[in-house]
Amino acid sequence: MRADALKGGFADAPVDAAHGFRAAMNAMARPGYIETLRGAVPPAPVSVAAGSLLLTLCDPETPLYLAGAHDCQDMRDWVAFHIGAPVVARQEALFVLGAWDAVLPLEGYALGTSEYPDQSATLIVEMDALGGGGAILRGPGIKDTATLSLPDDISLFQRNATLFPLGLDFFFTAGDQVAALPRTTKVTHEEVV
Amino acid sequence: MSDYNFAYLDEQTKRMIRRAILKGLAIPGYQVPFASREMPMPYGWGTGGVQVSAATLTPDDTLKVIDQGADDTTNAVSIRKFFERTANVGTTEETSKASVIQTRHRIPEEDLREDQILVYQVPIPEPLRFLEPSEVETRKMHSLEEYGLMHVKLYEDIAQHGAIATSYAYPVKVEGRYVMDPSPIPKFDNPKMEMAAIQLFGAGREQRIYALPPYTQVVSLDFEDYPFEASKAEHACDLCAAEDSYLDEVIMDDAGGRMFVCSDTDYCASRRKAGHVGAQGTNLEEDAA
Ligand SMILES: [Zn+2]
Repeated sequence: MRADALKGGFADAPVDAAHGFRAAMNAMARPGYIETLRGAVPPAPVSVAAGSLLLTLCDPETPLYLAGAHDCQDMRDWVAFHIGAPVVARQEALFVLGAWDAVLPLEGYALGTSEYPDQSATLIVEMDALGGGGAILRGPGIKDTATLSLPDDISLFQRNATLFPLGLDFFFTAGDQVAALPRTTKVTHEEVV
Repeated sequence: MSDYNFAYLDEQTKRMIRRAILKGLAIPGYQVPFASREMPMPYGWGTGGVQVSAATLTPDDTLKVIDQGADDTTNAVSIRKFFERTANVGTTEETSKASVIQTRHRIPEEDLREDQILVYQVPIPEPLRFLEPSEVETRKMHSLEEYGLMHVKLYEDIAQHGAIATSYAYPVKVEGRYVMDPSPIPKFDNPKMEMAAIQLFGAGREQRIYALPPYTQVVSLDFEDYPFEASKAEHACDLCAAEDSYLDEVIMDDAGGRMFVCSDTDYCASRRKAGHVGAQGTNLEEDAA
């Protein structure tokens, strides 16, 4: 393990995690809202927001799948030291971290069961940038409509929503920003008249 | 401060509760199991709500705690003090100044905003429990959307009493899917649950967390020929003259004197401060003089 792995955790874990959770909760409760999430300094290529989410939500009880370039030795060391989550294969994961292309396909992640739909994976998808515009969102947490710059193939999110109450929940991260898309959100391209 | 974990609970417990809250928000109305911890207060004092608040609060928050609408009961005061001490939060009795409101049995009269969070203390989270004692069975019923028995029970009420007799903890259906217990709020409060704030529900003894994101559809169960009514006493508040608030009937003396007053003490006080005077009220400025 390199000495770098010992760095980059929360400076004041209880307070940083409390702020981290509020950002994560506000994002998940209001799809399309973009929140700021700081505190962690994870190794490249992991964003500050994604690292802070992991520190806030993950621990030895949450199997984690690192997809693509996010599965590097530096990150494995950082996870081992700061989080203690077992790094596992995709189908065993409760949390998934990676770029969109790397986390695909969405098949194979835990969707929960009809009696325990909460036993489903949460995907943290790293983006180049987050912004409004793009896809149109409707559903719980949204007054009328919201927008979010989702990955292009929104049919994957539409399909995920049809599985309700089962399904995957998504965080999108870029730099120190985070947004979310729970399984309840209906995603379209065009304004429905 | 350093004698305590921040907000009393250890970090691993808060992470577990936080994960449950996020899944609750992603599946509105569904009861997420969580491993409830012992709190330094007895069950019945809102240990579920306290654990949800503990996982939610940051030192920047301003906390309000109400018990049946009142800020000054022993229960509300002790929970407020607990978080002042362990989470270093500011506290308030004014609904509009609070960022987090923990409540037992009421929703504040004043509309809540997008930047507020309402945390409910829940004694029995399972709306089907009085029909079916087995957790295995009720979980199956939720998974199959088997809610017929609930409608039968409500309809029996109508047959017996001519109306649905349930006046507290009146069951709701969330986004057309999960039937949910709104906690023992009066049914007068049910329509307020479609609100701008985040709503979180914690049941300590029963170890369940559930949640409603803002603007989630919440429909009180009813029948076409017997539509839901958010009823209250046919009265105005005797102190502040409010006609739109939920009222408690208060016995004044042995001679049977009584008055109706707002159950939401902050709402009543702010109206009186603004100069509203009810039938048995006095002008606040005269009181002070
Ligand atoms: Zn009043």
